[in-house]
Amino acid sequence: MKRLLLTGNGAAAWGARLAKAEYIPAFPITPQTEIIENLAAWIDSSEMPGRLVTLESEHSMMTAAGGAAAAGVRVFSATSSQGLLYAMEMLYTVAGWRVPFVLVNVSRALSAPITLEPDHNDVFAARDSGFIQIHCSTCQEVVDAVLLAYRLAEHPDIRLPVMVNLDGFYLSFTREPVTLPDQQGAAEFVGGFDPLGMAFRAGAPLSQAVAVLGGSQYSYFRYQQHLASLQALDVYDDLEREFFGRFGRSHPAVEAYRTDEAEMVFLMTGSFATKAGNAVDALRESGIRAGLVRPRLLRPFPVRRLRQVLRGVRGIAVIDQNLSVGKGGILYTELASALYGQENAPVLLSFIGGLGGRDISGEEFIGIARVTIDAIRSGSVPEPRLLYTADELRHIRKLQAIASVQQENHCRNHE
Amino acid sequence: MSESGMQYRGMEDFPSTRLFGSGTPMCAGCGGLLVIHQLYDLLGSDTVFINAAGCMTLLSVYPYTPFRGSWLYTAMASAPAGAQGVRDALDILLESDRLRREENLEVVVLTGDGAAYGMGLSATSGALDRGLDFIYLCYDNEGYGNTGQQYSPATPHGAATSTSRGNGGFRGNKKDLFSLWAAHNPPYAATVSASEPLDLARKVEKLRSLRGPRMLLAFSPCPTGWGFEPAQSVMIGNLAVQTGIWPLKEFIGGKVEHTVLPEKRLPVEEYLKRQGRFAHLFASSAGRDIIAELQGAVDRYWEGVR
Ligand SMILES: Cc1ncc(C[n+]2csc(CCOP(=O)(O)OP(=O)(O)O)c2C)c(N)n1
Ligand code: SF4
Ligand SMILES: [Mg+2]
Repeated sequence: MKRLLLTGNGAAAWGARLAKAEYIPAFPITPQTEIIENLAAWIDSSEMPGRLVTLESEHSMMTAAGGAAAAGVRVFSATSSQGLLYAMEMLYTVAGWRVPFVLVNVSRALSAPITLEPDHNDVFAARDSGFIQIHCSTCQEVVDAVLLAYRLAEHPDIRLPVMVNLDGFYLSFTREPVTLPDQQGAAEFVGGFDPLGMAFRAGAPLSQAVAVLGGSQYSYFRYQQHLASLQALDVYDDLEREFFGRFGRSHPAVEAYRTDEAEMVFLMTGSFATKAGNAVDALRESGIRAGLVRPRLLRPFPVRRLRQVLRGVRGIAVIDQNLSVGKGGILYTELASALYGQENAPVLLSFIGGLGGRDISGEEFIGIARVTIDAIRSGSVPEPRLLYTADELRHIRKLQAIASVQQENHCRNHE
Repeated sequence: MSESGMQYRGMEDFPSTRLFGSGTPMCAGCGGLLVIHQLYDLLGSDTVFINAAGCMTLLSVYPYTPFRGSWLYTAMASAPAGAQGVRDALDILLESDRLRREENLEVVVLTGDGAAYGMGLSATSGALDRGLDFIYLCYDNEGYGNTGQQYSPATPHGAATSTSRGNGGFRGNKKDLFSLWAAHNPPYAATVSASEPLDLARKVEKLRSLRGPRMLLAFSPCPTGWGFEPAQSVMIGNLAVQTGIWPLKEFIGGKVEHTVLPEKRLPVEEYLKRQGRFAHLFASSAGRDIIAELQGAVDRYWEGVR
């Protein structure tokens, strides 16, 4: 083991290297590029065996990833945002092929308007694709999650691709101290790739990804994917314990921070959760029994574990760094469905924050906690709200004024 | 293997075993299927067919397949990328001694024209850029056949399709995929027609002796989409060659060579009048003008050849 200062992107690349990924179809997109650049450099200098091929799009990249995995090699790939959506058809397709490989997504908000900074709408757009999803909030988690992801993907009871998510900028470009497992330990943990009969070879013909006729066959195979994904709940717990035994770091499917005796908790994913953790410390110091719950596994959704962790909690502030336009926060909806009908279910509050990389301040976390405690006491739950300050609104009004002056000038020029 | 495609001098040199299974759900008289039959007998089962969405996707419907070798259906746009992943994986396995030489496969993309000329063009160009070692078979039925023969970038000028039913038929012009391939300077590209099996077999033999991106662009009469009797499929192919509408040629060593020169070209009318999709051209003077235009284009093409 060695300790290094690594960006989230660096950690993701190390994950692929330590897992001995041998084929890396790639396509550049900010903020993911550093991952494939690192891998390309290692391969070029023979520090890492393997083959990296730049396709002409993410759609093709995902097809090549699936094709190579179907032919029996260990595959790694990475993308972001527009790239993930460009590949969307193939995300569903390769999950249906039941090919095990790992895809890192570096979250970035979606166009339009086009921007570079993160939120989670990209990864949530792939929520129903059949990929297993692990969401990270530190650079350490990224490298560890990639190793865990290979074990999950390749598990005989699962055989699904796994997506490991990290936030653009806040993790991708931020250096943190990361403890790297040594190559041998990592290789022992991940093990060799077993194609389990999935291969193309002369003398052993195999038809993969064939069409079906009719809903009965389709339903069967599609539901098989679902059942395989659900298997990943228990398998993840086992793997996570094994990982802890070997490397001394624990990454449970649902992280519960200071939830003991908690009256309210923040529930969220991603790098901003570390700020929520700081807010929890401050709130506890001032006598408010706050906690933080962070699902790492988003697919399969760890319903049972969440119910356990949230037992006794009276109010939950769900902070969604995403927006289902016309509905609201996606995590909020997911959690509501997990808790509906539970005895003594807590009140659920919905906050949308951090869209397009907008910061969530410590003060805002404290404010959210207050509002949540009020709702617990009064029994009246406020409407979902966007984290947005009066200052920000004033600023946007200024920009709008400039834009309309520009527009008037433009119109006048055409008169 | 003999050199330069000379193994096939007559039909007696063809493989006597039929490798490709029968009983597929393709329409009777399907010209695309005819080409696949011929190609498969020549290539054999040490192949993996990487398919793009189209009529031929329904060749392999769970749990049946007419292929004795392997198959992977991908999507409409990205069959060449699927071929890239499979080829790369096979190479990795060969290099690391996890696949023996004799277990190696030829990777074959099977695509319709809609995917080849349009949605999949970027993926195809990418595979050409990367020098991917694969065979690319495009069965060209000049429309989106599987979805009901709407016009595609391969539809000829004037043809009626489900989305060009107006008087003039399709307003656009057929794209020149062969030249697009040639512009990438691949080791091999050729046009073929199942009505000329000897020419086809020689081309297959030649491309098998080469590595890298190799295309066969196959004329594929489609009784269902073009409006003719299934029994006339081969005749339509013959007429396409004899009128000069479908030139048989190959790109090899950086040069284009025509492999069949129609001695006395028949008028294009002979080809057009046998297909429902061109019937409207014979019913008006504007239609006659379009026929004259089509004849003019064919004449100009062949003037350039001689
Ligand atoms: C992304 C996408 N868009 C549309 C379709 C619907 N579709 C399936 S087959 C097909 C026609 C393909 O035409 P072509 O490549 O010429 O093959 P053919 O059907 O003629 O055999 C279309 C449009 C699809 N499968 N995928
Ligand atoms: S529609 Fe045409 S190309 Fe498709 S199967 Fe029928 S005859 Fe063949
Ligand atoms: Mg077609």
